[in-house]
Amino acid sequence: MKVSLFLSCYHDTLFPEALKSTVKVLERLGHTIDVPMQQTCCGQMHFNTGYQTECMPLLDNMLAAFKEAEVVVSPSASCVGMMREYYPYLAEQHGTHAQAEAVAALNAKTFELSDFLVNKLGVEDVGAYYPHRVTFHPTCHSTRMLKIGDAPLKLLRNVKGIDLVELGAKEECCGFGGTFSLKNADTSMAMLSSKIKNIMNTGAEICTAADTSCLMHIGGGLHRLRTGIKTLHLAEILASTEEHAHVS
Amino acid sequence: MSVKLPMFEKTAPENVQNSQLRRNLGKVTGAIRVKRARVVDEMPDWEALRDAGYALKTKVLRNLDTYLLELETSVTRVGGKVHWAQSAQEANQIVTDLVKSHGATEVIKVKSMTTEETRLNDALAASGIKAIETDLAELIIKLANEESSHILVPAIHKNRSEIRELFIRTLGEPDLTDEPANLAGAARRYLRKKFLTVPVGISGANFAVAETGTIAVVESEGNGRMCTTLPKVLITMMGIEKIIPTWQDFEVFMQTLPRSSTAERMNPYNSFWTGVHEGDGPQEFHLVLVDNGRTEVLKDEIGRQTLNCIRCSACLNVCPVYERTGGHAYHSVYPGPIGAILTPQLIGIENASSLPYASSLCGACYEVCPVKINIPEVLVHLRGRAIKYKKDHGTLKDKLSPEHLGMQAVAKVFANQSRYESAQKLARMGQGVLAKEGYISSLPGYLSGWTAMRDLKTLPQESFRDWWRKREGQK
Amino acid sequence: MSKESMLAAIRIALKDVPETETPKDTVVPRAYLTRLETSLEERLELFTERIEDYKVVVHRIKENEISANIEACLQARAAKTIVIPTDFPDTWLAQGFSFVQDENLSHQQLDESDGVITGCEVAVAQTGSIALAAGKYQGRRAISLLPDYHLCLVFASQVVDLVPEAFEKLEPSVKNRKPITFISGPSATSDIELNRVEGVHGPRTLEVLLIV
Repeated sequence: MKVSLFLSCYHDTLFPEALKSTVKVLERLGHTIDVPMQQTCCGQMHFNTGYQTECMPLLDNMLAAFKEAEVVVSPSASCVGMMREYYPYLAEQHGTHAQAEAVAALNAKTFELSDFLVNKLGVEDVGAYYPHRVTFHPTCHSTRMLKIGDAPLKLLRNVKGIDLVELGAKEECCGFGGTFSLKNADTSMAMLSSKIKNIMNTGAEICTAADTSCLMHIGGGLHRLRTGIKTLHLAEILASTEEHAHVS
Repeated sequence: MSVKLPMFEKTAPENVQNSQLRRNLGKVTGAIRVKRARVVDEMPDWEALRDAGYALKTKVLRNLDTYLLELETSVTRVGGKVHWAQSAQEANQIVTDLVKSHGATEVIKVKSMTTEETRLNDALAASGIKAIETDLAELIIKLANEESSHILVPAIHKNRSEIRELFIRTLGEPDLTDEPANLAGAARRYLRKKFLTVPVGISGANFAVAETGTIAVVESEGNGRMCTTLPKVLITMMGIEKIIPTWQDFEVFMQTLPRSSTAERMNPYNSFWTGVHEGDGPQEFHLVLVDNGRTEVLKDEIGRQTLNCIRCSACLNVCPVYERTGGHAYHSVYPGPIGAILTPQLIGIENASSLPYASSLCGACYEVCPVKINIPEVLVHLRGRAIKYKKDHGTLKDKLSPEHLGMQAVAKVFANQSRYESAQKLARMGQGVLAKEGYISSLPGYLSGWTAMRDLKTLPQESFRDWWRKREGQK
Repeated sequence: MSKESMLAAIRIALKDVPETETPKDTVVPRAYLTRLETSLEERLELFTERIEDYKVVVHRIKENEISANIEACLQARAAKTIVIPTDFPDTWLAQGFSFVQDENLSHQQLDESDGVITGCEVAVAQTGSIALAAGKYQGRRAISLLPDYHLCLVFASQVVDLVPEAFEKLEPSVKNRKPITFISGPSATSDIELNRVEGVHGPRTLEVLLIV
């Protein structure tokens, strides 16, 4: 299958390793990767902060970038969530009927990575090897908005050598929330401190998730506190093999 | 009027640091979440009940004029009198005049969010009428001279030892222990005389049935039964959205409301009265229908679903933000997620523009809402309205704020591939002075909120797209 | 005045709703349970279990044991003055107590009594609830409210499985303009640390005679 990669601007710019790993996993499974260079940002930050009209050129750009794509996959659950949940809203509130139709067509072929692997391809074992103690944080947008359920866990359970430990109060928000983490930094941190406490209680070396944005927040706190615990995107664990083990 | 305008981000930090508040709320919301999950999980048809509740509320809101007229006809038929009030002032005036016409100087009240919203007690006091709150938590709040911090349990921020201390001081009960049963006993002694003698009762309404004119009050302590049964005159003030079409529709809401609010299969008492009952209860009944901003909510096709709310408070109990800031940070009669969407619509987005931002958009509230209000959707919708207001009517200072300028500049960059790629390069070069061993620990201005408490990984030397181009080029 | 302007404002607010639309056009999906296949025994067991959750004492008795059980319950509480509805059968009453028929008793008199005995209109197994509807043996609302002790007679035939069945059974009472009270345990409060604590303004003790 030819898979078009939906990069998400912060993966592209800040966390390219998650994307490179996504490429590795999909190519290992025999798929061809295509990266439409026209894509930039899905508009989530603007939208969630209230700058809706500013999102429209971004929405148009994304529609154009993926118009010809057969299937679109992204390692960012929240960017896919933005597209799935709020592109229809934007088209309805600020756009045209044609845009609404194009959005529906795009959404029908767009998937978050683990959802794509488990629910679309029916693959739960991607042949990964990762001999570390890992805990998984189910991010809000992946579970409540995209409802991908335990797709990431199914993949993680099949990783060779992994010591997967359950995170306490796992479904509670880490406190990121985009610009919420700036506007309400104290409240955001109060939420993060609970998340960090729960992560530390697991004794894990690594905290993983299907969303780098939350991991950036959690990882920023873990680093500031010098906990020695690292964050890693799910794709990076899945990309790691016995021949090419991920070195963190 | 000295109403504090909501400014959540300014007041939340001090509440976040209040260790007593954090402990009280953490303990209580944690326990109620577990209990709620237990009584919801035993219902195999829970989702079907949520769907039915949503549809029933939608039906009422889309035909609200029809249903209000039907309710008026029904209530009148069964011996009640219906009053219409467009504003809080008008509603308060109607009630005050009714109380005065009976020569009463005291009224007993069942906890009612609508009368909190209209500040009825202040209006009555201005006419020399004392309103006696009979709900335990409401009584605690009034005795402590504080504001409510929760829809259902206004004194949720207070623990048992704080309440004991308050009762010893204000009720003249020196021998109280901090046993909740003991504290409840003190309230029973204090209020019993009032129940037996005060001639006018005032209540809100959880539901009003258009078909039969029946009003429902859902409660626990029996104070609701007292206030709606013992006085000679009963006045009920309700928001116009509280209608349900038929009696049989209670089969939905009387299942979802108790389990969502106090996490019980059924709360101790539900009172349903249908006008005036001969020889039983008040012989005069008035129903005051209040708009007070509700038609403004109705007007917004996305915001309209906010009026589905049955005030269960499940969204407060699961909200990770509410759990940490408490209700007072919202400066709103309705705190928590529902307050963050209801208050800005009732009082105008320009007066409460910080509230839609008082959320990380985690969606836990939507998941538990028994009438399926998509709270995250309404939150982002209202953020859109807040920014539109800022653009259309904001001050120069608003328009020159770093966020406002930044968002618009970044949007221009993101709209175009080549501008976007140039910006990636610029950012990589610009971070040099801030980075130390792969992390940034201090950012300037608007972004300083991030690094006040979190480190930020530095930008890698190569973006994904650069890597990809190189790789494709080598093929 | 306000009525007309409120209705006008509502109609303007609903301008997206087609003028021809009526309440019937919104379909309410009712996929929730309205009946259960249970035996009488299962139903009574669940009712007992659920009402006991509210710290209610339930005595399962036969019809010819009513009088003896009323006597035992009142004796155990040392209750003397007991209010009863005017239609309460004499044959169920026991000797040695002062039963006062509610011939329009004052609130003060009700408050000073030691307890009240009533029947009920319907009871719900699913939630452990009892509903009074000013029907047979139920009396007016104040009598089951002011005394501190409420002894309630529930006949097995009055118990339904589910909440929807109860509302269906109560519909005739509502249409006859009867007031309805659902009682699920003694009065309680969740206002202190969101813990349910029994005993506030309504009766602090509720006891049930389940007549099979």
